[in-house]
Amino acid sequence: MEWTMILTKLGEGMLVSIEIFAWTLLLSLPLGLLVAFGRMSGNVFLRGFVKFYISVMRGTPLMLQLMVFYYGPFLLFHVSLPGGYRFIAVLIGFLFNYAAYFAEIDRSGMESIPKGQYEAAAILGYSKAQAFRKIILPQMVRRTLPAVTNEMITLVKDTSLAQVISVSEMFLAASAIAAKEASMLPLFAAGIFYYVFNYLVALSMEWAERKLSYYR
Amino acid sequence: MDRTKHVGRVKEKMMVMEIRHMQKSFGNRKVIRDLSLNVEEGQVTAVIGPSGSGKSTLLRCAALLDPMDSGELLYLGQHAAVTNADGKVVYAHRKKMKEIRSSFGLVFQNFNLFPHYSVIRNIIDAPMTVQKKSREEAYWAGRKLLSRMGLSDREDSYPYQLSGGQQQRVSIARALALNPKILFFDEPTSALDPELTGEILEILRDLAAEHRTMVLVTHEIEFAGNVADQMVFMDDGAIVEQGSPNEILNHPKQERIKTFLNSLKRRRKGICY
Repeated sequence: MEWTMILTKLGEGMLVSIEIFAWTLLLSLPLGLLVAFGRMSGNVFLRGFVKFYISVMRGTPLMLQLMVFYYGPFLLFHVSLPGGYRFIAVLIGFLFNYAAYFAEIDRSGMESIPKGQYEAAAILGYSKAQAFRKIILPQMVRRTLPAVTNEMITLVKDTSLAQVISVSEMFLAASAIAAKEASMLPLFAAGIFYYVFNYLVALSMEWAERKLSYYR
Repeated sequence: MDRTKHVGRVKEKMMVMEIRHMQKSFGNRKVIRDLSLNVEEGQVTAVIGPSGSGKSTLLRCAALLDPMDSGELLYLGQHAAVTNADGKVVYAHRKKMKEIRSSFGLVFQNFNLFPHYSVIRNIIDAPMTVQKKSREEAYWAGRKLLSRMGLSDREDSYPYQLSGGQQQRVSIARALALNPKILFFDEPTSALDPELTGEILEILRDLAAEHRTMVLVTHEIEFAGNVADQMVFMDDGAIVEQGSPNEILNHPKQERIKTFLNSLKRRRKGICY
């Protein structure tokens, strides 16, 4: 294979990895918040259901979950889905998995806000929604930022799991070329890609933490 | 006690808050036992009594932070809570509750300022968010309150940059910004270093002098005696005696009050002011 060809293939894989990362982050953060509300709900059934969902998502391998979401519709319900579903299945798997982790982070963040903050907001007449949006959420975001950074870094590396349902992200592309060319170089390139990606993630999250540390 | 401030008001005074037969337990522990209390417009009520006597719980139930177990609660003649025939407490519906909530404010012992908001934002956010005031209107009202609190130069500071006394002054300004009909103070000086209590008491004295309706739960007995129109002594979840500060502090009928006042005197000597 020519170098230009190799680079194109790696570049395509890289884009897929970045796409998985971006979509997962964009969707699972708000979904995680919703799940956290369910987890803390006063409704016993909702709370129990959400707790079960979180424990399954955290207690089984993401790789397995991806396979279930991809093969499940056909093997369980005999529904065949178009070829584009492969990528959708990846996103669904990542979304549900990461929302579960983010939910627990959000919950711990909410519970770490002193009760007095909720009470002060109630006395001043804020509705529950207003109090959450204006008083609780901003403080919660700051407190959970380090934990969210951890998850983001894991997510960057987890994108390589999409290969189990043959989505050719960075890792699958690199290992295919490495096998064909009998060379370690593509794998090195993949390693460098993940490292640089995570370096940028850490850098921007550090910046965000600094931005939010204007108060104590 | 100088009562001249009520001379000239012929009209019957409005009850700002009425508590009737309030009961509250935490588990098996009865914290409030059949307590009734009225607060008239323009009146300063001081609630004193030993720790654990239920003073703060009374205030928290009145401010709707804790639900009461039975009894009635009224603001400006409107029911916030009633006990129905089954003995269950029923609170007013959301819309009415919102209106009722706007009639009182509360200053907390440990301020509970919003740490992520600047001083001025702490004061003007509720008027803007809750009362839908314009930014300008809220801001100028907020500036006025800040200057009254002697904090004009701290507008852009954050709570963590202020002393405890300054933080408590901001939280008083925050409560005043909503113009409540009645203001509750839950031991407003208890979290402060002794040398900082004076600045808060001075503000409370000012507020009392303008006939703001206030209920003050405090350990500052002497101060309470100076500013209050009515004084309530609580012990074990009930009002032991109620009357003018002079009656309670100088001529208490109940032995419990004498014991309490004596123990305070002894403690004060021990600390050696």
